[in-house]
Amino acid sequence: MKNDLKLPVQDVNLEPFMATPPQYTRKKVLMKTDKVYKCKIINVIDLTEYEKLFHLKILDRVERKIFQFRPGQFVMLEVPGYGEVPISLSSSTNNHEYIELCIRKTGRTTNVLHEASVGAYVGLRGPFGNSFPMEKMQGNNVLLIAGGLGLAPLRGPLYWVSEYRDLYKDVHVLYGAKEPSQMLFTYQYNEWEKVNHINMLSIVENPDENWNGRVGMITELLDEIEIDPINTYAIVCGPPVMFKFVCNRLDKIGIPMNKMFVSLERRMHCGMGKCCRCMVGSTFTCVDGPVFDYWSVLNLKEAI
Amino acid sequence: MIYRVISKSEFRKFLESLIESNVTIGPVQSDVDRNNDPIYKFQQVHSADEIELDYTISYTAVKNFFLPYREKLSEYTFTDDDWDQTIEYRVHPRVLVGLRPCDINALNILDRIFYKGTYPSPYYISRRKNTFIIGLDHEPLPDCFCSSMNHHTVTEGFDVFCSDIGDSYYLAINSSPAFDFLKKFQVTVPTDEDDKSYIERRKFIKKSFKTNVEIGSLPSFLDIEFDSPIWKKWGDKCLNCGTCAMVCPTCYCYQVEENIAVNLKKASKDMMLYSCTILDFAEVAGGHNFRPKKEDRLKYRYYHHYRGFEENAKEPICVGCNRCGRACLADINPKDVINDLRLDNEERS
Repeated sequence: MKNDLKLPVQDVNLEPFMATPPQYTRKKVLMKTDKVYKCKIINVIDLTEYEKLFHLKILDRVERKIFQFRPGQFVMLEVPGYGEVPISLSSSTNNHEYIELCIRKTGRTTNVLHEASVGAYVGLRGPFGNSFPMEKMQGNNVLLIAGGLGLAPLRGPLYWVSEYRDLYKDVHVLYGAKEPSQMLFTYQYNEWEKVNHINMLSIVENPDENWNGRVGMITELLDEIEIDPINTYAIVCGPPVMFKFVCNRLDKIGIPMNKMFVSLERRMHCGMGKCCRCMVGSTFTCVDGPVFDYWSVLNLKEAI
Repeated sequence: MIYRVISKSEFRKFLESLIESNVTIGPVQSDVDRNNDPIYKFQQVHSADEIELDYTISYTAVKNFFLPYREKLSEYTFTDDDWDQTIEYRVHPRVLVGLRPCDINALNILDRIFYKGTYPSPYYISRRKNTFIIGLDHEPLPDCFCSSMNHHTVTEGFDVFCSDIGDSYYLAINSSPAFDFLKKFQVTVPTDEDDKSYIERRKFIKKSFKTNVEIGSLPSFLDIEFDSPIWKKWGDKCLNCGTCAMVCPTCYCYQVEENIAVNLKKASKDMMLYSCTILDFAEVAGGHNFRPKKEDRLKYRYYHHYRGFEENAKEPICVGCNRCGRACLADINPKDVINDLRLDNEERS
């Protein structure tokens, strides 16, 4: 007698994974494949020699509606055949038409992206990660401190406070760069200052002959403004070296550690808490971060 | 769970029928090592004779049937100025025979990440759901420390688990298809005698572990020992080859890379298993490396296994099979490292 023990196929159909926008306020179980949203590059703006600002439009109308994010989150940007890179979102959360990504030319994928022209198609997954607690900051002073490329992720919260300006008290942007030629979004400083009443201070380390602003390290800018430590939230973003100096300084001024937020940088490969490339101790930068308060960062070994 | 007893000859018929109807993967002797001891490996079999049910332990882990070394995540087809993406993760059902309790426990740990995690992986789920698992108990090797990690027994994550009780197997049946299959064979309800020999067998296995690793309060003292010179000592030995992660039944770190086909018409996005001991693991754009030193990376591996994962999942990721220790070219094994740390900790206090 022959026994037929054929196993049945268990179909795993996860394709229609998101019909409604996911809730980012809590960690929701999402079924996600590596499906990308197809985007068209609709505009490229040269910011500096190494940085460009890309405007991407998601082609599918339903997907465009689903794609909603909060300031501080990031996306995985894919150039098919070249690679995938995590890029922080630097557009306004209310801009549903296109997505702005500020990209520095630094590796294989970003080099290709810098050669891309308007009309090219790229893939986008996301948004991933947690975000800055903008609601909690309401009624307080906001201090945004950026170094170098760190201004790109800070543009999200900056747009947010500009759009809901009356909910926040004083807003300061402290921006430090190596050289004047490396400063990002220079064309927007006037708008931020005059239209949105944001106190914009910038400083460079190595000035050139045309520079007539401040010269020095970013921590020197903290001397120029008056900070009310109890009612101030700070967001710090920049190269790892900067975190220590700025956060220690803010700590001395008296801002509580859980009111200072930093955005960490890692080379994510999946964005979904699986590949472990972005792991710091027991924490995934992609799922539990990239935004951490300084208290958590101090508790994470090797974080900065 | 339903318990039954099946004679060894009848069990063989059961295996034959499974092999006839499905793709079956089982332990097979693939080579001998330098001491002339056999090396076993899981691979597809075509008859029950090929399967070595009395094998000691497979050199590599079965995780690779769920997380292959290299896997295509998606494929792109290029047309003129445009591209299209296709994703395929459906697999054919298959049977895995002869998994040890620690192997099944390792799969249960992987389930936490890829099945029940924040973002479940369809590639993994599809494979896991379509795999029929037959487990088998064994007498531990001298360097196994599964009992210290409490992974020498298994209660979930399999379809059938067989315990050797002399002439027959004591079966724990854990799924409905398995029960349906076994209906077609001569299985008996266990008698008191069978129960007794099953308990004897369990006791015997528990007693035969020779290696013990003390893991109590490991997370807290790993924190205290973060700057211990012990890491330098072991880090200097480490060759950063990544072998330990490749043979580990639970290591799942991976990297994603894209490859263009030679005719430039297609590209694929591949996932590749990686190891945290490899130099560029924590490197970010611009060249900054968060773990530039050898000892940092080795330490990170131990931290993830015994502390980081424990914090999230309330159990260490290690199952105690000591595959990494056996495969290591520099003779680094978890038992020695942890004992060394403990000793250092005691000396200091």
